[in-house]
Amino acid sequence: MKLTKSFNRSLWVFHLNTGSCNGCEIEIVATICPRYDPERFGIKLVGSPKHADVLLVTGPVTKKMAAKVRRVYEQVPDPKLVMCIGTCGQSGGVFYDSYNLDGPIDQVLPVDVYVPGCPPRPEAIVYGVVKALEKLERLEAAQ
Amino acid sequence: MNTETTKKSTPYTVPIGPVHPALKEPVMFTFQMEGEIVKSVDFAPGNTHRGIEWMGMRRNPVQIVHLTDRICGICGIVHSLSFARAVEQIAEIEVPPRADYIRTILHELERMQSHILWAGVAAHELGFDSLLYLSWRVREQSMDLIENLTGNRVNYGIVQVGGVRRDISDEQLPIIEQGLSYYRGLLDQMKTVFLDDSTIRMRCRDHGLLSYRDAQLLCAIGPTARASGVAMDVRHDYPYCAYGDLNVHPVIPPQEFGGPHGDVYDRIIVRLLELAQSIDIIQQCLDNMPAGEILWEKKIPKLLSVLKKAHGEAIGRVEAPRGECMHYVRMDGNDAPATWKVKASSYSNLMSWIPMLKGEQLADVPIIVASIDPCMSCTDRVTVIQNGSAADLTKEDLTRLSRDKTRRLSQC
Repeated sequence: MKLTKSFNRSLWVFHLNTGSCNGCEIEIVATICPRYDPERFGIKLVGSPKHADVLLVTGPVTKKMAAKVRRVYEQVPDPKLVMCIGTCGQSGGVFYDSYNLDGPIDQVLPVDVYVPGCPPRPEAIVYGVVKALEKLERLEAAQ
Repeated sequence: MNTETTKKSTPYTVPIGPVHPALKEPVMFTFQMEGEIVKSVDFAPGNTHRGIEWMGMRRNPVQIVHLTDRICGICGIVHSLSFARAVEQIAEIEVPPRADYIRTILHELERMQSHILWAGVAAHELGFDSLLYLSWRVREQSMDLIENLTGNRVNYGIVQVGGVRRDISDEQLPIIEQGLSYYRGLLDQMKTVFLDDSTIRMRCRDHGLLSYRDAQLLCAIGPTARASGVAMDVRHDYPYCAYGDLNVHPVIPPQEFGGPHGDVYDRIIVRLLELAQSIDIIQQCLDNMPAGEILWEKKIPKLLSVLKKAHGEAIGRVEAPRGECMHYVRMDGNDAPATWKVKASSYSNLMSWIPMLKGEQLADVPIIVASIDPCMSCTDRVTVIQNGSAADLTKEDLTRLSRDKTRRLSQC
C-alpha cells in the first residue's frame, strides 16, 4: 500500500492494555500530555483502532485478552505498526512464570518496535514512536 | 417501526468493552437500556488477571516486595508497604522511625499524584480535555519529586521488608519543600477550576448517587465511601507508619458544599481536599523527621534467614488513594509464604457501580464509572470455568468455598 506524504506527520496511536499493571498506561498518558507534547509531531492518542496507524500494546497478554488483542489488531487499517511498551510484553518481565499468560506479545502479534522499561520513561516512548516513523519511511522507500 | 415492535425490543442491551476508550483498562459492561436511561447494569472484570498471588507463593518475601510494586502501577508503594507490614508483623521486625517517616512521605506523594491523575481522567471523561492536560501538567511536579526521592517515576522499588531502600538527604529537603509550596499555591486554583465550573457542577451534582446506607451495605471504602459521608480512613482508624504521631482525620465533604450527597461532585471535593491534607501531612513529617537508620537489616541474606524462620500470620492494612488495601500473609518456616492474599481497594468499590449507574443516562456512564477511580489490575480475579462456560457462583457457594479454605489453612 502506498504511503501518502501526510502520513508521516500525523501518526495516530491506539493504546491497548493486555493485562498490564497500569504503570505503562499512565506513562503513555503522561507522554501525550503537555510536558512532552508529541502532538507537535502529529502523534495523537485516538479512541478507536479503526482510526489508528500504530498500536501501542502494553502488558503480558493474559489468556482472556489474547483473542481480543488479535481482533483489535485486525481492525487497525493497513499500513500499521505494532509497538510493544514495557518489559512484560517483551519477555513476561516479573510475570514470567504466571499460569495465565498467552504472551509475550510477539507470540500473538508481529511487533515492529520494542520499548523496554518497567515502565519506560515518556522520553523512551516518544523515541520509540520516532523509530516507528523511521520504519514507515523505510517501508515507503522500498516500494 | 410500529410501537409494538419498539416495545418488544426494549429494554435493549448495550455492551461496552472490554477494550474501550474511556478507561485505560479492559473491563466489560452490559447495560440494559430504556431509551437513554440505564435500567440495569452488569460488569465482567477479570481480563488483567496475572496470577500474582500464585507467583508470589514461589518467591521469597524480598522478591515479592518487587512483585507487589507491579500489582498496580499507580499505587506501587501501597501494595509493597502493606505486604512489608504484614511480613514485619510475622517476623517481629521493628521498623526504624526514620524509615516510617520516609514511607509516610512517599505514601502521601503517591496519593497526591494519584488524585491529580484522577482529576485529569475525570475531566477527560466529562469531555473537558484542556483540564486533563492542565492537571497532568501539574502532576509532573509530583512525579519529579517521587523520581528525585526513589529514582523511579512509577514502580518505585523503595520499600524493603524492615525499612526503605533510600534515605532522604539534607539536599533533598528543600526540593520537597519547594514542591509542596508549588502545590499549596495551586490548591485554590484547582478548587476554582473544578468546583466553580458550571459545566462540571451540572454534569456531576446529583449524578452517580451512592447513599450512606448503600456505601455501608456494599462495604465501599476510601474516597468513594467518604463522599457518601462514611467517616473511615485507615490512617486515622488504625494508624500505621508515622500516622500515629500525625494529625490525620477522614475527609468528608464539608458544610460549605452542602455536606455529603454521595454524588460524583462530592468525590471530586473529597479528592481535592485530600490533596491539601497530603501536603499538610508531608509538612508535618518533614518537621518531625527523626534521625537514624532506615533499614532494620541491611544485609539481604541475613534478612532472608530471619524471614525463613518466621512462623505466623498477619494482615497489613494501608489506606491507598482509592481506599483500604489489605495483604494477608501466612508464613510457615519456608522461603516462600504459605499463603498470600491481596485485597486491593477497588475490589470493595466495584460493586458500588451498580446503584450508582441505575437510572443514569448513557452519556454519564464514563464519569460515573471513573468516579470511584477503578483499578482493574489490582482487582482482577480468576473466573471459574465449568464445562467450558463461566459459572455463576451464588452466595452459598462462596461461603462454602471460603469455609473450605479456612479449614485448609488451619490444618497446615
